[in-house]
Amino acid sequence: MPHELQLLTEQEAAEDAVLQHLHVRLAAAAADTGVLDVAYTVVGTPVGELLLAATPAGLVRVSFACEDHDAVLAVLAERISPRILKAPDRLQQAAAQIDEYFAGARRSFDLPLDLRLTAGFRRSVVENLRNIGYGSTATYSAVAALAGSPGAVRAVGTACALNPLPVVVPCHRVVRSDGSTGGYRGGPAAKRLLLNLEAAA
Amino acid sequence: MEVKPFETIVREHGPAVLRVCRAVLGPQDAEDAWSETFLAALRAYPALAPGANIQAWLVTIAKHKAIDVHRAAGRRPVPLGELPEPSGRSGHQTGGPGNPGPGGTENFNPLWAALKTLPQRQREALAYHHLAGLSYAEVAVLLGGTEAACRRSAADGMKKLRSLNLEESR
Repeated sequence: MPHELQLLTEQEAAEDAVLQHLHVRLAAAAADTGVLDVAYTVVGTPVGELLLAATPAGLVRVSFACEDHDAVLAVLAERISPRILKAPDRLQQAAAQIDEYFAGARRSFDLPLDLRLTAGFRRSVVENLRNIGYGSTATYSAVAALAGSPGAVRAVGTACALNPLPVVVPCHRVVRSDGSTGGYRGGPAAKRLLLNLEAAA
Repeated sequence: MEVKPFETIVREHGPAVLRVCRAVLGPQDAEDAWSETFLAALRAYPALAPGANIQAWLVTIAKHKAIDVHRAAGRRPVPLGELPEPSGRSGHQTGGPGNPGPGGTENFNPLWAALKTLPQRQREALAYHHLAGLSYAEVAVLLGGTEAACRRSAADGMKKLRSLNLEESR
């Protein structure tokens, strides 16, 4: 490589390192001064890259790659706050528990959750999903009965489809009464993988 | 129009703001000014008018932060003869990904060194127009004075830089 070109790439690499270091510093300062409304990170899992986002109150959104992370962040900017930074520090615990879960070493999540993205009946469904134990499943109609509206089977389907915290709040454990898996935010293959993982453990 | 997540703003404008801070303040103070700029911008971001020129907004904040840094450092003479070694950064930068390590670009950068020899006003006019892409009208608002005067300052600065470069390459 000609000397000038090599100098240029070295300069760019150094520039990237400086900007990366400045970004980390900014995220820390923003969290310290209370102006980091949403922190996020991306973790690799067997169901693809998961985006994890948290407010100071807790984990607020888990999203699959097929949902388009940029689009998810845009919605978070609109619905919560545009003060969003990639700041893995706030998500260390969540990321570690996700890792353990996919390794078969964790059966329930112990994390503060921020359920502000779901409200009303959907929220009560989401809250009830946490009672379906690891490795077991429930039908949409059973969940409807649990949530206090036995007739609202379709609404339960919608609530599961819009669960802001898939994997952590186990909407994948809700299946059709004929035994087929049914729809899933992360796609049917992801749902099957999660059910198989839990069945094997 | 939807409001972009601030992360996008940092990625899109972080490099340009860093270049501007370096040109105005030199490499040592630039990182502090950059951090202060983006922290202040993050705080104010939700109230920013939709459709605002984000680059110009950030550069304006950076300009104010640069003034703060100057004040904090007291009145400095315009450095002529002796050029400071831009080695202050290497301390907290060890082992970063892609870091070429000691002897890489942590060394003396001729552009920054040359910029240091310019009067503050020329340096700023140059940085805001050529590095940040602001129009001379916007530069005039930032620096005070007329558009024509800012244009002249930038041109004078550029001329001086060219003459320095010529000398060096001989």
